[in-house]
Amino acid sequence: MNIAVCVNHVPDTAAKVKVSEDHSGIDTAGAAWILNPYDEFAIEEALKIKEKTGGTVYVLSFGPAENNETIRKALGMGADEGIRIKPGTAADSLNVARALAAQITALDCKLVFTGKQSVDYDNGIVGQLLAELLGYNCVSVAVALQIDGTSVVAEREIEGGREVIQTTLPAVITAQKGLNEPRYASLKGIMAAKKKVIQEVEAVTMDPVVVTQSFESPAPKTAGKILGTDVQAVPELIKAIHEEMKLV
Amino acid sequence: MANKILVFVEQVEGKIKKSSLEVVSKAVSLAEAHGYSTEAVTCGKEVDASVIAEYGIASICCYVNNNLVHYSGSAYRDILLAHLDGGEFRFLFAANTSQGRDLLPRLAARTNSGMLTDCTTLEIDEQGLTGTRPIFAGKAFEKAKVVSPLQFATLRPNVFEALKKPVTPELTIKNVDTINEAEKVLEVKGSDGKIDVAEANIIVSGGRGMKGPEHFTLLEELASHLGGAVGASRAVVDAGWRPHSEQVGQTGKTVSPSLYIACGISGAIQHLAGMSSSRYIVAINKDKDAPIFSVAHYGIVGDVFEILPALNEEIKKIKS
Ligand SMILES: Cc1cc2nc3c(=O)[nH]c(=O)nc-3n(C[C@H](O)[C@H](O)[C@H](O)COP(=O)(O)OP(=O)(O)OC[C@H]3O[C@@H](n4cnc5c(N)ncnc54)[C@H](O)[C@@H]3O)c2cc1C
Ligand SMILES: Nc1ncnc2c1ncn2[C@@H]1O[C@H](COP(=O)(O)O)[C@@H](O)[C@H]1O
Repeated sequence: MNIAVCVNHVPDTAAKVKVSEDHSGIDTAGAAWILNPYDEFAIEEALKIKEKTGGTVYVLSFGPAENNETIRKALGMGADEGIRIKPGTAADSLNVARALAAQITALDCKLVFTGKQSVDYDNGIVGQLLAELLGYNCVSVAVALQIDGTSVVAEREIEGGREVIQTTLPAVITAQKGLNEPRYASLKGIMAAKKKVIQEVEAVTMDPVVVTQSFESPAPKTAGKILGTDVQAVPELIKAIHEEMKLV
Repeated sequence: MANKILVFVEQVEGKIKKSSLEVVSKAVSLAEAHGYSTEAVTCGKEVDASVIAEYGIASICCYVNNNLVHYSGSAYRDILLAHLDGGEFRFLFAANTSQGRDLLPRLAARTNSGMLTDCTTLEIDEQGLTGTRPIFAGKAFEKAKVVSPLQFATLRPNVFEALKKPVTPELTIKNVDTINEAEKVLEVKGSDGKIDVAEANIIVSGGRGMKGPEHFTLLEELASHLGGAVGASRAVVDAGWRPHSEQVGQTGKTVSPSLYIACGISGAIQHLAGMSSSRYIVAINKDKDAPIFSVAHYGIVGDVFEILPALNEEIKKIKS
């Protein structure tokens, strides 16, 4: 079975995020860029399934040439083929999904993994959009997965619990932490990945339906108050919770 | 003419969720300001939806079927797609919950619509929706506009207020004969009545300074006195002391409760990203230079094993 994994290239979660002076963009200069953390779970799950049932794992990333770094990381972990989709004009989530869907259809992948969310723009929707564009079933925020032939049983994280979902392939699964323990790329894997040719294709996009207008920094926090250095401070804390916050 | 705002309202075991009522209130205020009408739609086995009218939406449509007792992406999508058909609606709003964030993008893809996820502000002008949404887990905000004919948004829980504004409910119950069970929930595990951190109004969170899983009873006790939930830092989750469902932060849950009490948490940037928008933050840490104090409204520099028992003791006294 051909399996597709969609990966995004994002600033490191430790990066300081600065809004540009004219509020038109985010200044990520100096930030290290990483494979989106949730996408590691997506890759791991695809590799595990491939090891059991055989097939080819395709890694797809929509974005600029820098995304090749993230594609190589996935190849280093053991994915077979890398494809970068070159963005056209302004790309909203629906256009990203559309471009990914076109490739997935061309590659005939009946199983698709994404992460549950990109940790830059925090949308958490590309997987679900993709599923509908492909006409596939979908389990979002998956923390457990079993595939047997074409039958799928997955667990999805919900508020305060988990839903056990039964569905069938073709399907898109969006990976949440807990789904598995992502492997590290082996030295051999990394060396092999360096030599692989990443295929580059053009995106088919349409007019965006969401347009970014501006960016803001969070309001600066006013310095808090240290109430004390031992249990003596407890009554004052309770007073604050009670009188100011009105919570007890 | 598309002049209606539709709100997708969630129920759990027949009870309407608070986060959905917050969305109802926001929809009502936008509708009043801009001359739209409102409607609410919900799906379930048996739903007592009249509470929606207490928050200002009179027109309520309930889709009912025994197999709608649990959420099903395929079933809910088909019902909502049919409901949206006909061009009456301009907007669809829902809470940014596990259902809202699963369902709305599916509808958006099917109707070629734009959607804004996890909005903390939402406005309407002649062209449509503009919303503000936290990005980089709250380290910045993006203001974005939707330009499609039909427009969707999910709203972050605990940000918009659910305001009582009673109207007389006009309920329509629609019995659905067959539902699309391509995706079917077999079972819901482990909800055992605990409040989820993402929904809790008060969170008592522990980090590596709690020294071991057994000491989290101190936090559980405090949480139960306050009617809140227990949260955790990633260090604690990675050590296996607490489940990942409790992790707060950039790769855990983003929370904005009324009160967040951080105990033995240093305040790494990834942790702050997930909780710095809380209304009040209290930090208890023995290191006076811990970064958590830079976002805390109130802090106690001290040992959690001295402060927490005292805090529990005092709160117990007040409560009794
Ligand atoms: C990709 C990535 C994603 C991440 N995502 C997250 C995330 O989502 N959430 C998250 O939390 N972290 C996340 N992290 C990890 C983050 O960088 C920190 O490592 C983590 O938050 C530290 O947890 P901690 O505060 O519990 O532990 P520590 O940093 O070890 O802090 C322990 C604190 O306890 C205090 N202390 C010790 N003993 C006591 C005592 N007796 N009384 C009072 N105070 C005491 C210490 O002074 C110290 O400040 C992420 C990291 C990466 C690389
Ligand atoms: N530009 C992209 N290229 C490839 N995959 C992406 C891209 N953007 C998002 N994804 C996938 O979709 C998931 C959810 O992303 P998002 O909706 O952007 O939060 C991510 O975890 C990725 O797996």
